[in-house]
Amino acid sequence: MNGTKISVQNLSLSYSDGKESLRNVSLDVRSNAITVLFGPAGGGKSTLLRTMNRLNDLTDVIHVSGKVWLDGIDVLDPATDLIALRRRVGMVFARPVVLPMSVRQNLTYGLELAGERNQARLAEAVEHSLRAAALWEEVQDRLDDPAISLSGGQQQRLCLARVLALEPEVIMLDEPTSGLDPISTGKVEATLQDLKQNYTILLVPHSVQQAARTADHAAFILDGELIEFAPGKDIFTRPQDQRTEDYIEGRFG
Amino acid sequence: MAVISQRRHLIQRAGFAGLLLATFVTVAPIILVVGLILWRGAPAISLEFLTAMPREGMRAGGILPAIVGTFWLTLGTAVVAVPFGMGAAIYLSEYATDSRWTRAIRIAIINLAGIPSVVYGLFGLGLFVLFLNFGTSILAGSLTLALMTLPVIISTAEEALRAVPQSFRVVSISLGGTQWQTVRRIVLPQALPGILTGVILGLERAAGETAPILFTAAAFFLPRLPSSPFDATMALPYHLFVISTQVPGMPIALQYGTAAVLLVFVLGMNLLATIVRSRARARRQW
Repeated sequence: MNGTKISVQNLSLSYSDGKESLRNVSLDVRSNAITVLFGPAGGGKSTLLRTMNRLNDLTDVIHVSGKVWLDGIDVLDPATDLIALRRRVGMVFARPVVLPMSVRQNLTYGLELAGERNQARLAEAVEHSLRAAALWEEVQDRLDDPAISLSGGQQQRLCLARVLALEPEVIMLDEPTSGLDPISTGKVEATLQDLKQNYTILLVPHSVQQAARTADHAAFILDGELIEFAPGKDIFTRPQDQRTEDYIEGRFG
Repeated sequence: MAVISQRRHLIQRAGFAGLLLATFVTVAPIILVVGLILWRGAPAISLEFLTAMPREGMRAGGILPAIVGTFWLTLGTAVVAVPFGMGAAIYLSEYATDSRWTRAIRIAIINLAGIPSVVYGLFGLGLFVLFLNFGTSILAGSLTLALMTLPVIISTAEEALRAVPQSFRVVSISLGGTQWQTVRRIVLPQALPGILTGVILGLERAAGETAPILFTAAAFFLPRLPSSPFDATMALPYHLFVISTQVPGMPIALQYGTAAVLLVFVLGMNLLATIVRSRARARRQW
């Protein structure tokens, strides 16, 4: 139950403009746990996430080496079925991007792309995913309103629900609460704690405090390198590397 | 101090006056042209003028064949130019990478927009009328007008597509969408009002052009309605040219009337484009 879901081995990556690269990163992401990637901005955390669902294919990557395994599937293999991969590895972005359609249509969008036309199943997915994202109570009467009319916090949970509707195995969240107030942030964090029973969660937090609050495992990433990777209860109390300790205590950032 | 401040006020007021004058000089001719033509053309416009064939060497009767001809030419232009123009715009905006090849295409499109319309007319005569043997026909005229309209449609459509936020595309892809699904379900619907505006403006220009149809489609005097795409036809802009310069003793009211009909046709399309644009802006969710 608590095995390795994603295995990153000696991953190096650079962009054509030389920006934000990864250097020889290796780490194992465990299932049914929250793995946090934290560190200063521009260190490669988002790049690492985007490598795992090959979203980096849309950007200007000139060099990739190393391996990323998802349950024994070679993610970086050019022959990998990207559609299937992205349905298994869902992603929530820093800024909530709701698609220009209704709340309901946002939730059914991914399923419809995959060919689901059964209205009963789509309706079931809408309710189930909204409940899982702790949004059902707030929007059940507004399913046909434009998604943009929801508050910022609701929009971000809608983005999470939209990913959950696809029943992925891994959920990656890139600073999902960076634009949210503390109450909305608390709701998202609580939701993640519930979700980890059933999913593998990868989170780039927006602060060290959030990292410490949420992490089962935490990786400190600095300038494209993995400095330290340890259980959350250890790394924030007894960091092994001086740089990790300096960052956690706010000496740089 | 007070003197300097007064001088600055004076310069300010002179500046405003100059700008106001410039605005007036640009707007006044438009109002004059439209106003004069509508005012002097209105008396000539009657049910007979709009629905009857021309008689007595065009000096009496109506202009129905010219109206119908311009309608078919504009529709034919749309049928050809819209699918090709939108296809090219989607390719350039969504699929093409920035290479020497696509840059050459872009330069070609920009240059296509700068070619004088009479050159399009002669090109259409050579290719469609003579070489492909379509004859002087609605088909040849529509194809010629379509060539001329394509760069306008491509440029505005590409601009409308690019205005759709990139984040929508990334989200759609991350939810397991293919690039085509993303284009069809997100990007195109969002860009459609902008594309439509460009299409209407392009067609409006085509509807009012004389030179491209002069050698390819237009008939001097043909008092019957076209029955197939291979028929020549009368058309409003060319008819206006003919009755203004080629027909001695032409009643001036009919000239103004014809100009008014053409103007209403073209301005009506312009108004439609404005309505489409403003309604889409009000409904836009980004």
